[in-house]
Amino acid sequence: MGVGNTGKGVSELADEVRERLSSPSGQELFALLIVLGIVVLALDLVRRLATGEMAFGRLWRYTWNGLVDSLYIALAAIGLSMTYSILRFANFSHGDLVTTGAFSGWAVAWLIGGWGVYGVGELVLFSPTAAGPTGGELGMSVLASPVAILVGLVAAALLTIGVALAIDRLVYRRMRDASGISLLIASVGVALALRYIIGVFWTVESHSATASAPILEEIPAWLPFERLNLHELTLVATAVGLIVGLHLLLQYTKLGKAMRAMADNKDLALITGIPTERVIFATWSIGAGLAGVAGYLIVLDRGQFSINIGWFLLLLIFAAVILGGIGSIYGALVGSLVIGLTINVSLVWIPADLNEIAAFTLMILILIVKPDGLLGGVETA
Amino acid sequence: MSGADPDGDPETETAEVPGDEEPDDSEEPSAVIRPEWRSDLLLVAKVVLATYVGFFVVGVLSGAGVNATVGTIQSITFFGAIFALGALALNLHWGYTGMFNIGIAGFMAIGAYTLSIAVASPDGSPAGFGLPIPVGIVLGTIAAGLAGLVLVIPTLRVRADYFAIVTLGFSEIVRLSVQSRSLREIGDTAYGTGGGQGIRATPVDSVVGWLFDQPIVGDVGGVLIVLGETVGIASSVLERGIYTLVLILFVVAFYVLLTRIAHSPFGRVLKAIREDELAAKSLGKRTDRAKIAAFALGCALMGLVGTLWMGSRTHISPDNFMPLITFYVFVALIVGGAGSNTGSVIGGFAFAAFIFEGPRFVRTMVRANLGTDFPRTAHGAFAELGAGDPSALIGYVLYQQADEVRYIVLGVVLIVLMIKRPDGLLGHRKEIAAGVDLSRRGPVADGGRPAVGSDDRAGTESETDDPAATNGGDRDE
Amino acid sequence: MSDLERGPDAGAGRSEGDADDRADRAVEDAVLEVEALEKRFGGIVAVDGASFAVERGSITGLIGPNGAGKSTTFNCIAGVHRPNGGRVVFDGEEITGEEPHQVANRGLVRTFQIARELPEMTVLENMMLAPKGQRGESLWRSVLPYFREEVLDQERELRERAWETLEFFEIDHLAEEYAKNLSGGQRKLLELARALQTDPEMLMLDEPMAGVNPTLEKKLLEHVHQLREQGYSFLIVEHDMDVIMNNCERVIVMHQGAVLDEGAPAEIKSNEQVIEAYLGGEV
Repeated sequence: MGVGNTGKGVSELADEVRERLSSPSGQELFALLIVLGIVVLALDLVRRLATGEMAFGRLWRYTWNGLVDSLYIALAAIGLSMTYSILRFANFSHGDLVTTGAFSGWAVAWLIGGWGVYGVGELVLFSPTAAGPTGGELGMSVLASPVAILVGLVAAALLTIGVALAIDRLVYRRMRDASGISLLIASVGVALALRYIIGVFWTVESHSATASAPILEEIPAWLPFERLNLHELTLVATAVGLIVGLHLLLQYTKLGKAMRAMADNKDLALITGIPTERVIFATWSIGAGLAGVAGYLIVLDRGQFSINIGWFLLLLIFAAVILGGIGSIYGALVGSLVIGLTINVSLVWIPADLNEIAAFTLMILILIVKPDGLLGGVETA
Repeated sequence: MSGADPDGDPETETAEVPGDEEPDDSEEPSAVIRPEWRSDLLLVAKVVLATYVGFFVVGVLSGAGVNATVGTIQSITFFGAIFALGALALNLHWGYTGMFNIGIAGFMAIGAYTLSIAVASPDGSPAGFGLPIPVGIVLGTIAAGLAGLVLVIPTLRVRADYFAIVTLGFSEIVRLSVQSRSLREIGDTAYGTGGGQGIRATPVDSVVGWLFDQPIVGDVGGVLIVLGETVGIASSVLERGIYTLVLILFVVAFYVLLTRIAHSPFGRVLKAIREDELAAKSLGKRTDRAKIAAFALGCALMGLVGTLWMGSRTHISPDNFMPLITFYVFVALIVGGAGSNTGSVIGGFAFAAFIFEGPRFVRTMVRANLGTDFPRTAHGAFAELGAGDPSALIGYVLYQQADEVRYIVLGVVLIVLMIKRPDGLLGHRKEIAAGVDLSRRGPVADGGRPAVGSDDRAGTESETDDPAATNGGDRDE
Repeated sequence: MSDLERGPDAGAGRSEGDADDRADRAVEDAVLEVEALEKRFGGIVAVDGASFAVERGSITGLIGPNGAGKSTTFNCIAGVHRPNGGRVVFDGEEITGEEPHQVANRGLVRTFQIARELPEMTVLENMMLAPKGQRGESLWRSVLPYFREEVLDQERELRERAWETLEFFEIDHLAEEYAKNLSGGQRKLLELARALQTDPEMLMLDEPMAGVNPTLEKKLLEHVHQLREQGYSFLIVEHDMDVIMNNCERVIVMHQGAVLDEGAPAEIKSNEQVIEAYLGGEV
């Protein structure tokens, strides 16, 4: 039947390619290619290990770094996933909540660490002048001043929650019925405003907040480490603890059940009398609190940071959330693991300045094959 | 904020403009495609003039000086044209087809890098191919279009918000790739992206020099420069202004192209995809094909904008293509109103004037009035504030932090627009997607009936087959 | 003069005696045949071997209790879902698993349970979208000067047709209104009018009377009958039993994903199984 497709040529060809690629069989082909690629890489890895081209220790280090990275990505990803499932939009300002946590938490930690010795302004703004102290001078390590670090951690969570709730009140609450895309665009605005308001105070320069991390040299022989970085260990312990706590909260409390119900079906939840606004409040609190902690812990681990810390992380967080299937917290955890491992283990083959490309490419490929994410459709919370 | 502040509220100056819009002048059955084009042109002219006058008056009164003020106006026009171009291209994606592309920076990068590699000197580091600039521009445009094609074909089924993230991811892949050390010089060749340092190449705006070498154009230009210098305008500003004029020609070309698309069956399919893709498919429309064509074309145009914008620098680097660029274009489109080409142009200009250049202009005025001796940190600013000198804080924020202020304004405008006016300034008017005027020819018995809710028109004698009664007067061109 | 009056079969000779015309269907000239259609969603079997046929030029009703699989069947025929098994034959050609636009371009056009008008487009734009074979739907033709003239000529023709159809349906007074401003019933009319613009052979209407007021319902049915007389075939899913019984020549009853019975309305009414299916179900 004449469909008016007389305009042959490129578009016709494109059409055919398109039909091949996006038809279910095309997607299967794509999936097969990805699996094949992973298998080839795995075999190559075995070969490298067998031939001694790569030491096992190096692979283990990449893997461990991947696990560490996946933990802070996971902390941030959980919050993003929660706002996605409860408020139904992709929150582009989530990365800047991570930034908020980093700045607010460490400002408090410095304030405590240097109280009475240095001026408040100098401490809160991380020594804007040359006369101010450094993180080392303040003893910003978990051994030298555990209290300051701990209070900073709590402050990071609380202050980020405060900022998130304020933003919800100012912006998102006025848009409860708006479309997901409108909210997304507004969240970009929030991201920019929030980041550069922080920038006005702390400038766009990079800061160094911590003392060098204490290293534990004497390790029990059964542990696969030669030395342990205590800051890294703090990150791991805190993150794992928070994730387990969240799991318990979701599974065994009334609030958790209400949140899961609302993630499943907002309208139904409304009818059955779940207090929407209270659930939204809880969502922001948990999501922002974890994001703030993530920002704080990243700084603890890396030392250096600037106002772009969260924005640069955002796409990795999104990649994790999407891989896990948006709206699923457990999916976000799996996705974070995949992303964390990808950006580190990929270093076996590619230079370090291409590893994020590997992660983003993986995200796009998986979206092509499974448009709903790896665990798509299974909304656990 | 200090005294007269032209960019305090981007809305006020332009918000009244839609009110001036002529009511549909239906008296013109012979209008080509859009009877409203004349009033649209007038509207654009009004906005531009009002902005110029506003900036000039404020600039001169505040003592910023004629040269700085004219320089600002030149910049506004330059960036106005750039963002209008970007917004027009994005309008094809987002305004018409509903494809949420936030990878604009990536397509611009592909265009600009292709241009630079094509035209850079073969002896440079990294080396280029030494091709003429027009060839480089064409290549850049094509490369960006092809990249769009490659990206969109497999991702057609991805839902809107995921598609947004895919495009953002793509633009970051592009930026990180050109930044990567491993592509600085590809393989053993001398060619490459230059890594973090970027590429040096003859800028696109060298066309100005070429223009000055032409017989009549050059003479007129020479006279203009002499005239300008007598009133205190630097020749560099005027030369830049001539490149801006070239850009404006591109704006006109984009506008004509996109308006043609908007008023065609193709544009109608795009609009239908935006509204309800399944409904369009169920009417037999090949929506996938239309989406691919629209996306690739839009990306090609974005690549072209990249060549015209970043290509006008002597040097490009990955930092020129941060995702922030994408959001500039987005805000420009949203200010003007997604879905309207005229809105895109006005939005691009308003964005350039009040959000992009506004804070810099304020900075210029602050420098003229309060000097440049401001604390460099918030700590210093608050310390001086504590010591009773509020100008330190003002200077710190408006002078030292002008860029940050710009981003904050950008964010706040975005938020306010989404809450108060998601359709932008011109987003919600009827621009009919058809090649011809669809309204009924000749008089119809019940022409102006109230439209909504009148289900029960009497008369079940339905076959009103009297089209012969209404025949004449429909020659559209 | 108008395609509306010509009807779909005006010129074309009927393809009689299809090879797989099956006697037990009691359908002499089937325009649509569905054989052993199957559709599963995860573990749920929504359509479980449904087989039926639609007589050319008839108004055929498809009924069944909630969850009987009517809508899924509809979607499988229209190409929205890809069936897991079985065949769909339209006009003698197999269309199983084709994309919605392919099915529509063969002349089998559907409407939706909740009208899918294009809200931010005017009624006229909605109408102009539908016709097949629009040369200007190619990007280049709509832009390049020489081809554009051709496109504009066609646009003028289509405009005439759009107005004619709007007049036929008596919604021409709404022509310049945004579709979203129409009432529910008007949207249903618009959808039907729009579907007709594609020159279909057969129309599948998914609950055309849902949310339509009685006056408009009467009018809609009149239109359907008029169109049937011009040769269009109809398959209608409807909840309102009176509508089905009074307007359809044949009725297909679905239950639990399969066809329970089919025949003339009177036969269906007296079938005990059907009564039980309805009473046993959710009434």
